[in-house]
Amino acid sequence: MKISIASGKGGTGKTTVAVGLALAAKSAVLIDCDVESPNCHIFLREGFPQISEVFVPVPWVDEAKCTFCGVCARVCMFNALAVAGRKIILFERLCHGCGACISACPAGAVKEAKRKVGVVEVDSDGELVLVTGRLSIGEALAVPVIKAAKSLAPPNGLTFIDCPPGTSCTMVEAVKGSDLCILVTEPTPFGLHDLRMAADTLGELEMPAVVVVNRSDGRNESLKEFCSARGLRIAAEFPIDRRAAEAYSRGKHPSLEFEDWKHAFEALLNTVVRTTDGKPS
Amino acid sequence: MREIVILSGKGGTGKTTTAAGFAVLAGCCAVADADVDAPDLHLLLHPEEVERGEFFSGYTAVRSEELCSWCGLCRNACRFDAIDEELRISLLNCEGCGACALVCPNGAIKMQEVLAGEWFVGRTFVGPMVYAKLRPGKGSSGKLVSLVRGKARSVCREAGLELLITDGPPGIGCPVIAAVGGASLAVIVTEPTASGLHDLERVIGVCRHFRVPAAVVINKADLNSPVAGRIRSFCESISAPVLGEIPYDQDVTESIRRGRPLVVHSRGPAAQAVDGIWEAVKRLLKQT
Repeated sequence: MKISIASGKGGTGKTTVAVGLALAAKSAVLIDCDVESPNCHIFLREGFPQISEVFVPVPWVDEAKCTFCGVCARVCMFNALAVAGRKIILFERLCHGCGACISACPAGAVKEAKRKVGVVEVDSDGELVLVTGRLSIGEALAVPVIKAAKSLAPPNGLTFIDCPPGTSCTMVEAVKGSDLCILVTEPTPFGLHDLRMAADTLGELEMPAVVVVNRSDGRNESLKEFCSARGLRIAAEFPIDRRAAEAYSRGKHPSLEFEDWKHAFEALLNTVVRTTDGKPS
Repeated sequence: MREIVILSGKGGTGKTTTAAGFAVLAGCCAVADADVDAPDLHLLLHPEEVERGEFFSGYTAVRSEELCSWCGLCRNACRFDAIDEELRISLLNCEGCGACALVCPNGAIKMQEVLAGEWFVGRTFVGPMVYAKLRPGKGSSGKLVSLVRGKARSVCREAGLELLITDGPPGIGCPVIAAVGGASLAVIVTEPTASGLHDLERVIGVCRHFRVPAAVVINKADLNSPVAGRIRSFCESISAPVLGEIPYDQDVTESIRRGRPLVVHSRGPAAQAVDGIWEAVKRLLKQT
């Protein structure tokens, strides 16, 4: 069973919820797909992870065979190749690794090479496995690193996916293939505005979703109206709690320090697992 | 013309609140909301729309049933799992690379432009504002960010303004790179948490990589003084100026609820801190 945790707005508490659910489940895989700013490891890592590199294909031009005809540059939809006189220029960060230039080259001069864009780190304490995707600084394309991290999801058992903020391609890549998406929001106009965008995106994906309200101060009327109108169940409401914020700031998960938070995450786990199973709860 | 881009690394640290504060304190400037995935600045500045346009993000492959010979070469060529066994092309997965169109022996695949969002130019009480909205699930936010910034710079110049304040996206990837390149100054809003510090290091790395001067603001600074101290030490070790600290203040949430920039709504400790930080920004801009 795969459960993704997304939001729309940044900083609503996705990582807090993802880590909390993984800890409550005890035996699970948590995949940190916020590859630009991965934070799950801050709360879970104890030793050193196993690290593997993530590569993307790039073209390499054999200038001995190249006739400088310019076809490769013309077929590239991303302007990653330019031919100037007898020089080929590759803008490697624009390259999407599609291979069109390789198949289009009439002289067979374009070959495939690879370059590193990030890493996948694996931490395991036996019961709980943490997979972290980490994009290299200066790299633009996060999606290949998200794909690499997600490829380590086991076919069985519980997998939680901590997704990036936003509503575009990185969030979609992280959420794809889940059985359920938990949208974490906060009861502010920014939270609601971005929740609406995130819910619209999940609608395009036909992804079942529930909402978790974090940092709730009871002033949730517009949020409740929105959820009700969209048929989105509010699976949990976590109150604004300075103790929890302070623990979080030290890199300690609130459920490991406070009994009430521990119980709240156990209850949420129960709710979402039963929702995904299709049983009423 | 100078451009200040507000970044964070970690989401939810207070970029939009800070950007709105700077725009008001600057008095007269152009504003851009480059967080196209989750734009919120309009909820504080309430732009009156003056112009809008369509954003085309790239292409998608479309297969013609009449011309198709079902050879499946397109499916073999696709590296993005966008073509299934029935040779249906997934709009979601299609990267728009055209590799399938190139290998098709019958010319059955055409590349069609994808309408992915809208951009807007509006009037606000501080000056002109450029913002955008991506349609749900569409990619290419980096491209839309570049469009928003380009338009904001033109609008800024046409209005004879000398300052552009850009509310940036979270993270460090393609939308952030599109937001920061060529900026005069990146102001990074962080929070005194282990996550905030981790992500601050990464986003400053991006600014350095793209040769944009960066300065730091510590928001909700009183949440954890030791971590705030670690952030200061880190900034000092890499010669990144700390412009100031903003204390946690309920007026911030209240001002957002009322749809007003903090410095308009409140004279409390957070608003006063933003005032001081803006003075520090002005001093820094004179030096760079």
